[in-house]
Amino acid sequence: MNSFLERLFGRETKSAHQAKERMKLVLIHDRTDLSPGSMEKLKDELIEVISRYIEIDPDSVRIDMTQEGREQRLIADIPLRANSRRRVG
Amino acid sequence: MTGKVVTITSGKGGVGKTTATANIGAALAADGEKVVCIDADIGLRNLDVVLGLENRIVYDLVDVIEGRCRLRQALIRDKRLPELFLIPAAQTRDKSAVTPSDMVRLCDELRQEYDWILIDSPAGIERGFRNAIAPANIVLVITNPEVSAVRDADRIIGLVEAEEKGPARLVINRIKPNMVRRGDMLSADDVLELLAIELVGMIPDDEVVVISTNRGLPIVLDGKSRAGQAFRNIAGRLRGEDIPFLSMEEDGGIFGRLARFIRSGGD
Repeated sequence: MNSFLERLFGRETKSAHQAKERMKLVLIHDRTDLSPGSMEKLKDELIEVISRYIEIDPDSVRIDMTQEGREQRLIADIPLRANSRRRVG
Repeated sequence: MTGKVVTITSGKGGVGKTTATANIGAALAADGEKVVCIDADIGLRNLDVVLGLENRIVYDLVDVIEGRCRLRQALIRDKRLPELFLIPAAQTRDKSAVTPSDMVRLCDELRQEYDWILIDSPAGIERGFRNAIAPANIVLVITNPEVSAVRDADRIIGLVEAEEKGPARLVINRIKPNMVRRGDMLSADDVLELLAIELVGMIPDDEVVVISTNRGLPIVLDGKSRAGQAFRNIAGRLRGEDIPFLSMEEDGGIFGRLARFIRSGGD
């Protein structure tokens, strides 16, 4: 009954939609040969390197893989700390 | 005359490579082009039965390559379509009996006499696949609207690019319009968006395909079948014609339309 109601109100996600969303992620990892685990490691190391030069908020760093056609792109969004001031040599 | 080599491949098995090779070949030959289909699936020969030529095999691909016969002796002419020829695969050997350069040499010879050389690739990404794409001018990747077939197609598209045989072109086979309408099958647009290569054909799932392979008669010879029309359209596009894509909706006559009208809530 529950699933009937869900279907009636269109709340249940269509299986084709699920397939497409799953495939988007799978193909990104297949094409780059980068596992979600390595991606986390990459992020941690990137934060570490950047932090040596400039003050950033590690929790708000976002690193995503995007796709344009068959081209993959790594996008990093690294907000700087609001109170970070330039050091004067 | 310099013919074009078209390799039909997929990665995953069972998505319709052999049926596509047989029918695109038959459609080109029915248009008066001189065509040879090569079964490159050594050890798992099947193009001969799909074309209905299994009783006429004397020599095969490996016999030609190892010099046990002349090329001409291994070419089987289809009696219904006199412009269509087959070079069958060897059944008692394996993929290692042929190398990519053997295939290039063979196709260079065939190019002199044929307009089209269609190669039915084996499944997989190993030697058999590399043999099949080595001489290709055009690579067609066949897939079905299912996750495993789409994933393998993506892998193959990458490998074709890496071998500098790209960009591959896509054929989406066995689309079930009813399931797509219900949201339970990836649509052609979904698959196209995921794989992001040029589309060259969409084929609706059609019982006629099983019946015609039972009989060993290409579907394209059946004027009424929608799958047959879809294959004829692919052949036309390969020849450079600008052909609009078929709608995947089967008409189903007045009752089919009525049923769809009711299902859609009358809009």
